[in-house]
Amino acid sequence: MTQHFLQVEGLAKRFPGPKGKDDLTVFENIHFGIDKGEFVCIIGHSGCGKTTILNVLAGLDEASDGTVIMDGKEIYGPSLDRGVVFQGHALLPWLTTLKNVEFGVRSRWPGWSAQQIEEHSTKYLEMVGLGSALHKKPSELSGGMKQRVGIARAFAIQPKMLLLDEPFGALDALTRGTIQDELLGIVQATHQTVFMITHDVDEAILLADKIMLMSNGPYAKIAEIVEVTMPRDRTRSTIHHDPQYYRIRNHLVDFLVNRSKDFAGAAAAGHDARHPPVVRPGLEGSAEVVPMPAHLQSLSAKDADRPAPLVSKASA
Amino acid sequence: MNAKRPWLAPLLSLVFFAVFVGLWHLGTKQTVGEVIVDPEYAALIGAAAATGGQSAMPGPVDVAVKLWEHISDPFYDRGTNDKGIGIQLGHSIARVLVGFGLAALVAIPLGFVIGMSPLVYKALDPFIQVLKPISPLAWMPLALYTIKDSGISAIFVIFICSLWPMLINTAFGVAAVRKDWLNVARTLEVSRLRTAFQVILPAAAPTIMTGMRISVGIAWLVIVAAEMLVGGTGIGYFVWNEWNNLSIANIISAILFIGLIGMVLDNTLARLGRAVTYKE
Repeated sequence: MTQHFLQVEGLAKRFPGPKGKDDLTVFENIHFGIDKGEFVCIIGHSGCGKTTILNVLAGLDEASDGTVIMDGKEIYGPSLDRGVVFQGHALLPWLTTLKNVEFGVRSRWPGWSAQQIEEHSTKYLEMVGLGSALHKKPSELSGGMKQRVGIARAFAIQPKMLLLDEPFGALDALTRGTIQDELLGIVQATHQTVFMITHDVDEAILLADKIMLMSNGPYAKIAEIVEVTMPRDRTRSTIHHDPQYYRIRNHLVDFLVNRSKDFAGAAAAGHDARHPPVVRPGLEGSAEVVPMPAHLQSLSAKDADRPAPLVSKASA
Repeated sequence: MNAKRPWLAPLLSLVFFAVFVGLWHLGTKQTVGEVIVDPEYAALIGAAAATGGQSAMPGPVDVAVKLWEHISDPFYDRGTNDKGIGIQLGHSIARVLVGFGLAALVAIPLGFVIGMSPLVYKALDPFIQVLKPISPLAWMPLALYTIKDSGISAIFVIFICSLWPMLINTAFGVAAVRKDWLNVARTLEVSRLRTAFQVILPAAAPTIMTGMRISVGIAWLVIVAAEMLVGGTGIGYFVWNEWNNLSIANIISAILFIGLIGMVLDNTLARLGRAVTYKE
Protein backbone atom coordinates (compact mmCIF):
# COMPACT_ATOMS: atom_id res chain seq x y z
CA MET A 1 0.00 0.00 0.00
CA THR A 2 1.45 3.32 -0.99
CA GLN A 3 1.84 5.95 1.64
CA HIS A 4 -0.81 8.64 1.47
CA PHE A 5 -0.18 12.27 2.34
CA LEU A 6 -2.42 11.82 5.34
CA GLN A 7 -2.63 8.36 6.78
CA VAL A 8 -5.11 7.42 9.49
CA GLU A 9 -4.51 4.02 11.06
CA GLY A 10 -6.66 2.17 13.54
CA LEU A 11 -8.22 5.29 15.03
CA ALA A 12 -10.62 4.68 17.92
CA LYS A 13 -12.42 6.78 20.48
CA ARG A 14 -13.76 5.31 23.68
CA PHE A 15 -15.28 7.00 26.64
CA PRO A 16 -15.12 5.37 30.05
CA GLY A 17 -18.48 3.80 30.74
CA PRO A 18 -20.45 4.07 33.96
CA LYS A 19 -19.01 2.15 36.91
CA GLY A 20 -18.86 -1.58 36.29
CA LYS A 21 -19.90 -1.23 32.68
CA ASP A 22 -17.92 -1.44 29.51
CA ASP A 23 -16.38 1.56 27.89
CA LEU A 24 -18.47 3.32 25.31
CA THR A 25 -16.81 2.96 21.94
CA VAL A 26 -17.86 5.68 19.56
CA PHE A 27 -15.78 4.42 16.67
CA GLU A 28 -12.88 2.09 16.18
CA ASN A 29 -10.72 0.62 13.49
CA ILE A 30 -10.85 3.71 11.34
CA HIS A 31 -8.38 3.49 8.47
CA PHE A 32 -8.18 5.88 5.57
CA GLY A 33 -5.75 7.90 3.55
CA ILE A 34 -5.93 11.25 1.81
CA ASP A 35 -3.62 12.19 -1.02
CA LYS A 36 -2.21 15.61 -1.66
CA GLY A 37 -4.70 17.86 -3.41
CA GLU A 38 -7.58 15.54 -2.69
CA PHE A 39 -10.95 16.74 -1.41
CA VAL A 40 -12.49 14.19 0.92
CA CYS A 41 -15.91 14.46 2.50
CA ILE A 42 -17.18 12.35 5.33
CA ILE A 43 -20.88 11.67 5.73
CA GLY A 44 -22.66 9.89 8.52
CA HIS A 45 -25.41 10.27 11.01
CA SER A 46 -25.01 12.34 14.16
CA GLY A 47 -23.14 10.53 16.89
CA CYS A 48 -20.91 8.49 14.63
CA GLY A 49 -17.89 10.51 15.66
CA LYS A 50 -17.21 12.54 12.52
CA THR A 51 -16.41 15.66 14.48
CA THR A 52 -14.18 13.69 16.84
CA ILE A 53 -12.22 12.36 13.88
CA LEU A 54 -11.84 15.88 12.54
CA ASN A 55 -10.77 17.16 15.95
CA VAL A 56 -8.19 14.39 16.19
CA LEU A 57 -6.86 15.40 12.78
CA ALA A 58 -6.80 19.01 13.97
CA GLY A 59 -4.96 18.00 17.12
CA LEU A 60 -7.70 19.38 19.34
CA ASP A 61 -8.80 15.98 20.59
CA GLU A 62 -6.93 12.80 21.34
CA ALA A 63 -7.91 9.42 20.04
CA SER A 64 -8.04 6.46 22.40
CA ASP A 65 -6.19 4.37 19.90
CA GLY A 66 -4.51 4.65 16.55
CA THR A 67 -2.25 7.12 14.81
CA VAL A 68 -2.51 9.89 12.29
CA ILE A 69 0.49 10.54 10.11
CA MET A 70 0.66 13.59 7.90
CA ASP A 71 3.51 14.21 5.49
CA GLY A 72 5.59 11.52 7.18
CA LYS A 73 5.15 12.87 10.70
CA GLU A 74 2.78 11.77 13.39
CA ILE A 75 0.23 14.38 14.37
CA TYR A 76 0.61 15.55 17.91
CA GLY A 77 -1.38 18.56 19.02
CA PRO A 78 -2.66 21.40 16.86
CA SER A 79 -0.48 22.90 14.20
CA LEU A 80 -0.48 25.65 11.62
CA ASP A 81 -0.04 22.87 9.06
CA ARG A 82 -3.69 22.04 9.52
CA GLY A 83 -6.16 24.90 9.14
CA VAL A 84 -9.59 24.48 10.65
CA VAL A 85 -12.86 26.09 9.62
CA PHE A 86 -15.18 25.71 12.57
CA GLN A 87 -18.85 24.90 12.42
CA GLY A 88 -19.84 28.06 14.24
CA HIS A 89 -17.26 30.21 12.38
CA ALA A 90 -15.56 30.98 15.75
CA LEU A 91 -14.55 34.51 14.84
CA LEU A 92 -13.29 36.68 17.68
CA PRO A 93 -16.18 39.14 18.00
CA TRP A 94 -14.13 42.03 19.36
CA LEU A 95 -11.84 42.06 16.33
CA THR A 96 -12.62 43.34 12.86
CA THR A 97 -12.71 40.99 9.91
CA LEU A 98 -9.19 41.98 8.94
CA LYS A 99 -7.81 41.61 12.47
CA ASN A 100 -9.38 38.18 12.72
CA VAL A 101 -7.47 37.02 9.68
CA GLU A 102 -4.32 38.86 10.76
CA PHE A 103 -4.47 37.04 14.09
CA GLY A 104 -3.59 33.79 12.38
CA VAL A 105 -1.24 35.29 9.79
CA ARG A 106 0.86 36.94 12.51
CA SER A 107 1.19 33.59 14.20
CA ARG A 108 2.16 31.85 10.95
CA TRP A 109 4.82 34.36 9.97
CA PRO A 110 5.96 36.06 13.19
CA GLY A 111 8.79 37.85 11.38
CA TRP A 112 6.53 39.75 9.01
CA SER A 113 5.98 43.49 9.28
CA ALA A 114 2.54 44.81 10.12
CA GLN A 115 2.17 45.96 6.54
CA GLN A 116 3.04 42.55 5.10
CA ILE A 117 0.55 40.90 7.43
CA GLU A 118 -2.16 43.34 6.44
CA GLU A 119 -1.52 42.93 2.72
CA HIS A 120 -1.52 39.16 2.95
CA SER A 121 -4.71 39.07 5.04
CA THR A 122 -6.46 41.56 2.77
CA LYS A 123 -5.61 39.41 -0.23
CA TYR A 124 -7.35 36.39 1.26
CA LEU A 125 -10.38 38.39 2.36
CA GLU A 126 -10.69 39.78 -1.15
CA MET A 127 -10.49 36.22 -2.43
CA VAL A 128 -13.71 35.37 -0.57
CA GLY A 129 -15.33 38.62 -1.69
CA LEU A 130 -15.03 40.54 1.54
CA GLY A 131 -12.72 43.29 0.33
CA SER A 132 -15.28 45.89 1.32
CA ALA A 133 -15.90 44.54 4.81
CA LEU A 134 -12.35 44.59 6.14
CA HIS A 135 -13.10 46.86 9.05
CA LYS A 136 -16.46 45.48 10.07
CA LYS A 137 -16.95 43.53 13.25
CA PRO A 138 -18.37 39.99 12.94
CA SER A 139 -21.65 41.13 14.51
CA GLU A 140 -22.18 43.42 11.51
CA LEU A 141 -21.81 40.55 9.04
CA SER A 142 -24.36 38.05 7.83
CA GLY A 143 -23.92 34.36 8.61
CA GLY A 144 -22.51 33.67 5.17
CA MET A 145 -20.01 36.51 5.41
CA LYS A 146 -18.86 35.30 8.83
CA GLN A 147 -18.21 31.85 7.45
CA ARG A 148 -16.33 33.42 4.55
CA VAL A 149 -14.06 35.16 7.04
CA GLY A 150 -13.52 31.80 8.73
CA ILE A 151 -12.56 30.30 5.37
CA ALA A 152 -10.25 33.21 4.58
CA ARG A 153 -8.61 32.86 8.00
CA ALA A 154 -7.96 29.17 7.41
CA PHE A 155 -6.65 29.64 3.87
CA ALA A 156 -4.51 32.64 4.78
CA ILE A 157 -2.13 30.58 6.89
CA GLN A 158 -1.58 28.35 3.82
CA PRO A 159 -1.98 25.08 5.69
CA LYS A 160 -0.91 21.79 4.19
CA MET A 161 -4.36 20.54 4.89
CA LEU A 162 -7.71 22.16 5.50
CA LEU A 163 -10.26 20.70 7.89
CA LEU A 164 -13.86 21.86 7.61
CA ASP A 165 -16.44 20.89 10.20
CA GLU A 166 -19.83 21.29 8.57
CA PRO A 167 -18.90 24.80 7.57
CA PHE A 168 -22.18 25.61 5.86
CA GLY A 169 -24.53 23.82 8.24
CA ALA A 170 -25.95 26.98 9.71
CA LEU A 171 -26.44 28.81 6.42
CA ASP A 172 -29.55 29.15 4.31
CA ALA A 173 -29.64 27.18 1.07
CA LEU A 174 -28.94 30.10 -1.26
CA THR A 175 -25.96 31.40 0.69
CA ARG A 176 -24.69 27.88 1.07
CA GLY A 177 -24.72 27.38 -2.70
CA THR A 178 -22.81 30.59 -3.33
CA ILE A 179 -20.13 29.80 -0.79
CA GLN A 180 -19.86 26.23 -2.03
CA ASP A 181 -19.08 27.63 -5.47
CA GLU A 182 -16.52 29.99 -4.02
CA LEU A 183 -14.88 27.22 -2.00
CA LEU A 184 -14.84 25.01 -5.08
CA GLY A 185 -13.12 27.76 -7.06
CA ILE A 186 -10.51 28.42 -4.40
CA VAL A 187 -9.77 24.76 -3.84
CA GLN A 188 -9.42 24.14 -7.56
CA ALA A 189 -7.08 27.10 -7.89
CA THR A 190 -4.92 26.27 -4.88
CA HIS A 191 -5.04 22.44 -5.04
CA GLN A 192 -5.66 22.48 -1.33
CA THR A 193 -5.98 19.15 0.41
CA VAL A 194 -9.30 19.17 2.22
CA PHE A 195 -11.10 17.00 4.73
CA MET A 196 -14.68 18.08 5.29
CA ILE A 197 -17.62 16.93 7.36
CA THR A 198 -21.03 17.47 5.90
CA HIS A 199 -24.61 16.32 6.27
CA ASP A 200 -25.50 17.50 2.84
CA VAL A 201 -25.28 14.82 0.16
CA ASP A 202 -25.37 17.30 -2.71
CA GLU A 203 -22.64 19.36 -1.15
CA ALA A 204 -20.45 16.30 -0.85
CA ILE A 205 -20.98 15.30 -4.48
CA LEU A 206 -20.28 18.81 -5.70
CA LEU A 207 -17.09 19.31 -3.75
CA ALA A 208 -15.49 15.97 -3.06
CA ASP A 209 -13.24 13.57 -4.93
CA LYS A 210 -14.01 10.85 -2.44
CA ILE A 211 -16.87 10.51 0.01
CA MET A 212 -16.40 8.37 3.08
CA LEU A 213 -19.57 6.87 4.43
CA MET A 214 -19.62 6.23 8.13
CA SER A 215 -21.94 3.71 9.71
CA ASN A 216 -23.93 4.61 12.78
CA GLY A 217 -22.32 4.68 16.20
CA PRO A 218 -21.50 3.19 18.59
CA TYR A 219 -18.73 1.12 17.00
CA ALA A 220 -19.00 3.33 13.95
CA LYS A 221 -16.67 2.57 11.12
CA ILE A 222 -16.02 3.63 7.57
CA ALA A 223 -18.47 1.46 5.69
CA GLU A 224 -17.31 2.36 2.23
CA ILE A 225 -15.62 4.98 0.18
CA VAL A 226 -17.56 6.40 -2.73
CA GLU A 227 -15.58 7.88 -5.56
CA VAL A 228 -17.15 10.84 -7.24
CA THR A 229 -16.67 9.83 -10.84
CA MET A 230 -17.36 13.17 -12.43
CA PRO A 231 -14.87 15.63 -13.87
CA ARG A 232 -13.24 17.95 -11.39
CA ASP A 233 -14.42 21.09 -13.14
CA ARG A 234 -18.04 20.43 -12.25
CA THR A 235 -20.20 23.35 -11.22
CA ARG A 236 -23.33 23.60 -9.19
CA SER A 237 -25.37 24.83 -12.15
CA THR A 238 -24.57 21.91 -14.45
CA ILE A 239 -23.80 19.01 -12.15
CA HIS A 240 -27.35 17.73 -12.04
CA HIS A 241 -27.40 17.23 -15.80
CA ASP A 242 -24.78 14.55 -15.43
CA PRO A 243 -26.47 11.12 -15.15
CA GLN A 244 -23.66 10.04 -12.86
CA TYR A 245 -24.86 12.62 -10.38
CA TYR A 246 -28.10 10.80 -9.58
CA ARG A 247 -26.43 7.40 -9.44
CA ILE A 248 -24.02 8.68 -6.83
CA ARG A 249 -26.69 10.63 -5.02
CA ASN A 250 -29.04 7.68 -4.82
CA HIS A 251 -26.25 5.50 -3.59
CA LEU A 252 -25.43 7.95 -0.81
CA VAL A 253 -29.03 8.54 0.22
CA ASP A 254 -29.69 4.83 0.22
CA PHE A 255 -26.74 4.32 2.49
CA LEU A 256 -27.79 7.02 4.91
CA VAL A 257 -31.43 5.96 5.02
CA ASN A 258 -31.11 2.18 4.94
CA ARG A 259 -27.70 0.65 5.07
CA SER A 260 -25.90 2.78 7.67
CA LYS A 261 -27.81 0.92 10.36
CA ASP A 262 -26.64 -2.49 9.16
CA PHE A 263 -23.11 -1.75 10.20
CA ALA A 264 -24.07 -1.03 13.78
CA GLY A 265 -22.85 -3.51 16.36
CA ALA A 266 -21.10 -6.49 14.84
CA ALA A 267 -19.15 -5.81 11.68
CA ALA A 268 -20.97 -6.47 8.47
CA ALA A 269 -19.95 -9.76 6.98
CA GLY A 270 -16.87 -9.55 4.85
CA HIS A 271 -16.18 -5.94 5.73
CA ASP A 272 -12.50 -5.17 5.95
CA ALA A 273 -12.01 -2.08 8.09
CA ARG A 274 -8.47 -1.66 6.80
CA HIS A 275 -9.61 -1.54 3.21
CA PRO A 276 -13.18 -0.38 3.10
CA PRO A 277 -14.73 -1.14 -0.30
CA VAL A 278 -14.29 1.60 -2.84
CA VAL A 279 -17.52 2.11 -4.71
CA ARG A 280 -18.11 3.88 -7.97
CA PRO A 281 -21.89 3.97 -8.31
CA GLY A 282 -23.12 3.42 -11.83
CA LEU A 283 -19.73 2.42 -13.19
CA GLU A 284 -17.92 -0.87 -13.58
CA GLY A 285 -16.42 -2.41 -10.51
CA SER A 286 -19.28 -1.42 -8.34
CA ALA A 287 -21.00 -4.31 -6.68
CA GLU A 288 -24.08 -2.45 -5.63
CA VAL A 289 -26.59 -1.27 -8.14
CA VAL A 290 -29.07 0.87 -6.38
CA PRO A 291 -32.53 0.90 -7.89
CA MET A 292 -33.77 4.37 -8.46
CA PRO A 293 -36.91 5.36 -6.57
CA ALA A 294 -39.98 5.20 -8.77
CA HIS A 295 -40.71 8.89 -8.73
CA LEU A 296 -37.20 9.64 -9.98
CA GLN A 297 -37.18 6.96 -12.64
CA SER A 298 -39.54 8.82 -14.88
CA LEU A 299 -37.48 11.98 -14.56
CA SER A 300 -34.23 10.47 -15.66
CA ALA A 301 -35.49 7.64 -17.82
CA LYS A 302 -34.00 9.07 -20.94
CA ASP A 303 -30.59 9.40 -19.34
CA ALA A 304 -30.63 6.17 -17.45
CA ASP A 305 -29.61 3.88 -20.25
CA ARG A 306 -27.07 6.14 -21.78
CA PRO A 307 -23.60 5.16 -20.70
CA ALA A 308 -21.83 7.64 -18.54
CA PRO A 309 -20.06 9.98 -20.91
CA LEU A 310 -17.32 10.68 -18.50
CA VAL A 311 -14.09 8.84 -18.06
CA SER A 312 -13.51 8.15 -14.44
CA LYS A 313 -10.09 9.00 -13.21
CA ALA A 314 -7.68 6.20 -12.53
CA SER A 315 -7.97 4.97 -9.04
CA ALA A 316 -7.24 2.40 -6.40
CA MET B 1 -40.10 55.37 27.83
CA ASN B 2 -42.17 57.86 25.92
CA ALA B 3 -40.52 58.71 22.65
CA LYS B 4 -42.85 61.60 21.82
CA ARG B 5 -42.42 63.42 25.10
CA PRO B 6 -38.82 63.07 26.24
CA TRP B 7 -39.29 65.91 28.75
CA LEU B 8 -41.95 64.01 30.66
CA ALA B 9 -39.65 61.95 32.85
CA PRO B 10 -37.43 64.87 33.93
CA LEU B 11 -40.54 66.92 34.60
CA LEU B 12 -41.91 64.15 36.79
CA SER B 13 -38.58 63.98 38.61
CA LEU B 14 -38.82 67.70 39.31
CA VAL B 15 -42.36 67.29 40.63
CA PHE B 16 -41.28 64.48 42.95
CA PHE B 17 -38.39 66.59 44.16
CA ALA B 18 -40.62 69.59 44.78
CA VAL B 19 -43.12 67.46 46.72
CA PHE B 20 -40.31 65.98 48.81
CA VAL B 21 -38.79 69.39 49.58
CA GLY B 22 -42.24 70.78 50.39
CA LEU B 23 -43.03 67.99 52.86
CA TRP B 24 -39.57 68.33 54.34
CA HIS B 25 -40.09 72.05 54.78
CA LEU B 26 -43.47 71.59 56.47
CA GLY B 27 -42.16 68.82 58.68
CA THR B 28 -39.24 70.80 60.02
CA LYS B 29 -40.91 74.21 60.38
CA GLN B 30 -39.92 75.54 63.79
CA THR B 31 -42.48 77.30 65.90
CA VAL B 32 -40.56 80.30 67.06
CA GLY B 33 -41.24 80.81 70.72
CA GLU B 34 -39.58 83.18 73.07
CA VAL B 35 -36.25 82.45 74.60
CA ILE B 36 -36.98 80.80 77.88
CA VAL B 37 -33.47 80.20 79.03
CA ASP B 38 -30.47 82.23 79.88
CA PRO B 39 -29.03 83.90 76.71
CA GLU B 40 -25.56 82.45 77.32
CA TYR B 41 -27.01 78.97 77.68
CA ALA B 42 -29.13 79.59 74.61
CA ALA B 43 -26.00 80.38 72.59
CA LEU B 44 -24.47 77.16 73.86
CA ILE B 45 -27.32 74.80 73.00
CA GLY B 46 -28.38 76.45 69.78
CA ALA B 47 -31.32 78.58 68.77
CA ALA B 48 -33.74 75.73 68.14
CA ALA B 49 -33.33 74.13 71.53
CA ALA B 50 -33.36 77.48 73.28
CA THR B 51 -36.72 78.44 71.80
CA GLY B 52 -38.29 75.16 72.80
CA GLY B 53 -38.13 73.50 69.35
CA GLN B 54 -38.41 69.75 69.42
CA SER B 55 -35.50 68.92 67.16
CA ALA B 56 -32.40 70.24 65.51
CA MET B 57 -33.61 68.93 62.17
CA PRO B 58 -32.82 71.59 59.59
CA GLY B 59 -35.23 72.52 56.85
CA PRO B 60 -34.42 72.52 53.17
CA VAL B 61 -33.41 76.16 53.28
CA ASP B 62 -30.84 75.55 56.02
CA VAL B 63 -29.39 72.64 54.08
CA ALA B 64 -29.31 74.64 50.85
CA VAL B 65 -27.40 77.40 52.61
CA LYS B 66 -24.93 74.86 54.04
CA LEU B 67 -24.56 73.20 50.66
CA TRP B 68 -23.77 76.53 49.06
CA GLU B 69 -21.15 77.17 51.75
CA HIS B 70 -19.52 73.83 50.98
CA ILE B 71 -19.62 74.30 47.24
CA SER B 72 -18.32 77.85 47.31
CA ASP B 73 -15.33 76.97 49.49
CA PRO B 74 -14.65 73.25 49.30
CA PHE B 75 -10.92 73.18 49.95
CA TYR B 76 -10.25 75.26 53.05
CA ASP B 77 -8.21 73.83 55.87
CA ARG B 78 -8.53 75.28 59.32
CA GLY B 79 -7.05 72.52 61.39
CA THR B 80 -7.83 68.89 62.11
CA ASN B 81 -11.54 69.14 62.65
CA ASP B 82 -12.36 71.90 60.19
CA LYS B 83 -11.49 71.05 56.65
CA GLY B 84 -13.43 71.79 53.46
CA ILE B 85 -15.71 69.03 52.21
CA GLY B 86 -13.67 68.82 49.01
CA ILE B 87 -10.57 67.86 51.00
CA GLN B 88 -12.52 65.24 52.95
CA LEU B 89 -14.03 63.75 49.79
CA GLY B 90 -10.60 63.82 48.19
CA HIS B 91 -9.16 61.75 51.02
CA SER B 92 -11.96 59.22 50.74
CA ILE B 93 -11.69 58.95 46.96
CA ALA B 94 -7.91 58.52 47.20
CA ARG B 95 -8.29 55.71 49.74
CA VAL B 96 -10.92 53.98 47.65
CA LEU B 97 -8.85 54.25 44.48
CA VAL B 98 -5.67 52.98 46.15
CA GLY B 99 -7.42 50.09 47.90
CA PHE B 100 -9.47 49.26 44.81
CA GLY B 101 -6.42 49.49 42.55
CA LEU B 102 -4.38 47.17 44.75
CA ALA B 103 -7.30 44.74 44.88
CA ALA B 104 -7.52 44.79 41.07
CA LEU B 105 -3.80 44.07 40.82
CA VAL B 106 -4.27 40.99 42.97
CA ALA B 107 -7.75 39.86 41.94
CA ILE B 108 -7.46 39.97 38.16
CA PRO B 109 -4.26 37.88 37.80
CA LEU B 110 -5.38 35.51 40.53
CA GLY B 111 -8.84 35.27 39.00
CA PHE B 112 -7.17 34.44 35.69
CA VAL B 113 -5.29 31.55 37.26
CA ILE B 114 -8.38 30.29 39.06
CA GLY B 115 -10.45 30.55 35.90
CA MET B 116 -7.89 28.71 33.79
CA SER B 117 -7.09 25.93 36.23
CA PRO B 118 -9.91 23.85 37.70
CA LEU B 119 -7.36 22.46 40.17
CA VAL B 120 -6.46 25.87 41.59
CA TYR B 121 -10.13 26.74 41.60
CA LYS B 122 -11.00 23.73 43.70
CA ALA B 123 -8.05 24.32 46.02
CA LEU B 124 -8.87 27.97 46.67
CA ASP B 125 -12.64 27.73 46.64
CA PRO B 126 -13.08 26.91 50.38
CA PHE B 127 -10.98 29.94 51.36
CA ILE B 128 -12.90 32.23 49.06
CA GLN B 129 -16.22 30.88 50.32
CA VAL B 130 -15.27 31.59 53.95
CA LEU B 131 -13.52 34.92 53.43
CA LYS B 132 -16.04 36.45 51.04
CA PRO B 133 -18.98 36.89 53.44
CA ILE B 134 -16.88 38.55 56.15
CA SER B 135 -17.85 42.15 56.69
CA PRO B 136 -14.83 44.18 55.67
CA LEU B 137 -15.07 46.18 58.89
CA ALA B 138 -14.46 43.02 60.90
CA TRP B 139 -10.93 43.14 59.53
CA MET B 140 -10.39 46.63 60.93
CA PRO B 141 -9.10 45.73 64.43
CA LEU B 142 -6.80 43.12 62.97
CA ALA B 143 -5.56 45.60 60.42
CA LEU B 144 -5.00 48.29 63.04
CA TYR B 145 -3.11 45.86 65.23
CA THR B 146 -0.85 44.50 62.49
CA ILE B 147 -0.39 47.59 60.33
CA LYS B 148 -0.39 50.08 63.19
CA ASP B 149 -1.46 52.90 60.88
CA SER B 150 -5.06 53.98 60.68
CA GLY B 151 -4.81 55.40 57.15
CA ILE B 152 -3.29 52.24 55.72
CA SER B 153 -5.76 50.13 57.71
CA ALA B 154 -8.62 51.93 56.00
CA ILE B 155 -7.01 51.22 52.64
CA PHE B 156 -6.63 47.59 53.64
CA VAL B 157 -10.31 47.35 54.45
CA ILE B 158 -11.15 48.79 51.04
CA PHE B 159 -8.72 46.34 49.47
CA ILE B 160 -10.32 43.36 51.13
CA CYS B 161 -13.89 44.36 50.28
CA SER B 162 -13.10 45.12 46.63
CA LEU B 163 -11.19 41.90 46.19
CA TRP B 164 -13.97 39.33 46.09
CA PRO B 165 -16.31 40.57 43.36
CA MET B 166 -13.36 41.17 41.04
CA LEU B 167 -11.78 37.83 41.85
CA ILE B 168 -14.96 35.85 41.37
CA ASN B 169 -16.03 37.67 38.22
CA THR B 170 -12.60 37.36 36.64
CA ALA B 171 -12.44 33.64 37.39
CA PHE B 172 -15.95 33.19 36.04
CA GLY B 173 -15.29 35.25 32.92
CA VAL B 174 -12.06 33.42 32.16
CA ALA B 175 -13.57 29.99 32.74
CA ALA B 176 -16.52 30.82 30.50
CA VAL B 177 -14.50 31.85 27.44
CA ARG B 178 -15.95 30.03 24.44
CA LYS B 179 -14.08 26.82 23.72
CA ASP B 180 -14.22 27.64 20.02
CA TRP B 181 -12.13 30.77 20.51
CA LEU B 182 -9.52 28.87 22.49
CA ASN B 183 -9.48 26.18 19.81
CA VAL B 184 -8.92 28.85 17.17
CA ALA B 185 -5.89 30.06 19.11
CA ARG B 186 -4.65 26.50 19.53
CA THR B 187 -4.95 25.55 15.87
CA LEU B 188 -3.17 28.77 14.94
CA GLU B 189 -0.37 27.86 17.35
CA VAL B 190 -0.80 31.13 19.22
CA SER B 191 1.44 31.18 22.30
CA ARG B 192 -0.14 30.83 25.73
CA LEU B 193 0.75 34.37 26.67
CA ARG B 194 -0.71 35.81 23.48
CA THR B 195 -3.79 33.67 23.97
CA ALA B 196 -4.19 35.02 27.49
CA PHE B 197 -3.89 38.66 26.41
CA GLN B 198 -5.51 38.58 22.99
CA VAL B 199 -8.22 35.96 23.38
CA ILE B 200 -9.06 35.29 27.02
CA LEU B 201 -8.68 38.84 28.32
CA PRO B 202 -10.85 40.54 25.70
CA ALA B 203 -13.36 37.69 25.88
CA ALA B 204 -13.64 37.96 29.66
CA ALA B 205 -13.30 41.74 29.80
CA PRO B 206 -17.02 42.54 30.08
CA THR B 207 -17.41 40.12 32.99
CA ILE B 208 -14.27 41.46 34.65
CA MET B 209 -15.52 45.02 34.26
CA THR B 210 -18.82 44.06 35.86
CA GLY B 211 -16.86 42.73 38.83
CA MET B 212 -14.88 45.96 39.04
CA ARG B 213 -18.07 47.98 38.96
CA ILE B 214 -19.56 45.97 41.83
CA SER B 215 -16.27 46.31 43.72
CA VAL B 216 -16.01 50.05 43.41
CA GLY B 217 -19.61 50.38 44.59
CA ILE B 218 -18.93 48.29 47.67
CA ALA B 219 -15.66 50.13 48.33
CA TRP B 220 -17.48 53.45 48.31
CA LEU B 221 -20.09 52.07 50.72
CA VAL B 222 -17.44 50.74 53.08
CA ILE B 223 -15.13 53.75 53.09
CA VAL B 224 -17.68 55.88 54.98
CA ALA B 225 -17.94 53.33 57.78
CA ALA B 226 -14.20 52.68 57.81
CA GLU B 227 -13.43 56.38 58.15
CA MET B 228 -15.91 56.74 60.96
CA LEU B 229 -13.80 54.17 62.77
CA VAL B 230 -10.30 55.34 61.93
CA GLY B 231 -11.02 59.05 62.06
CA GLY B 232 -8.70 61.86 61.05
CA THR B 233 -9.79 62.65 57.51
CA GLY B 234 -12.29 61.57 54.92
CA ILE B 235 -15.97 62.01 54.35
CA GLY B 236 -16.86 59.24 56.81
CA TYR B 237 -14.97 61.04 59.55
CA PHE B 238 -16.61 64.29 58.51
CA VAL B 239 -20.07 62.79 58.93
CA TRP B 240 -19.19 61.39 62.36
CA ASN B 241 -17.59 64.66 63.42
CA GLU B 242 -20.68 66.63 62.37
CA TRP B 243 -22.82 64.15 64.30
CA ASN B 244 -20.78 65.02 67.36
CA ASN B 245 -21.31 68.68 66.52
CA LEU B 246 -24.99 67.93 66.01
CA SER B 247 -24.79 69.74 62.70
CA ILE B 248 -27.48 67.86 60.85
CA ALA B 249 -27.32 70.25 57.90
CA ASN B 250 -23.67 69.32 57.40
CA ILE B 251 -24.51 65.64 57.64
CA ILE B 252 -27.23 65.95 55.03
CA SER B 253 -24.86 67.84 52.74
CA ALA B 254 -22.24 65.12 53.19
CA ILE B 255 -24.82 62.41 52.43
CA LEU B 256 -25.68 64.17 49.20
CA PHE B 257 -22.04 64.40 48.20
CA ILE B 258 -21.46 60.75 49.03
CA GLY B 259 -24.32 59.83 46.74
CA LEU B 260 -23.06 62.03 43.92
CA ILE B 261 -19.49 60.70 44.06
CA GLY B 262 -20.79 57.14 44.23
CA MET B 263 -22.83 57.80 41.12
CA VAL B 264 -19.81 59.23 39.29
CA LEU B 265 -17.67 56.20 40.22
CA ASP B 266 -20.37 53.79 39.09
CA ASN B 267 -20.96 55.63 35.82
CA THR B 268 -17.25 55.72 35.06
CA LEU B 269 -16.92 51.97 35.50
CA ALA B 270 -20.12 51.38 33.53
CA ARG B 271 -18.70 53.45 30.69
CA LEU B 272 -15.42 51.51 30.75
CA GLY B 273 -17.46 48.32 30.77
CA ARG B 274 -19.36 49.37 27.67
CA ALA B 275 -16.07 50.17 25.95
CA VAL B 276 -14.89 46.55 26.26
CA THR B 277 -18.24 44.92 25.54
CA TYR B 278 -18.49 43.14 22.22
CA LYS B 279 -21.49 41.98 20.31
CA GLU B 280 -21.53 38.41 19.16
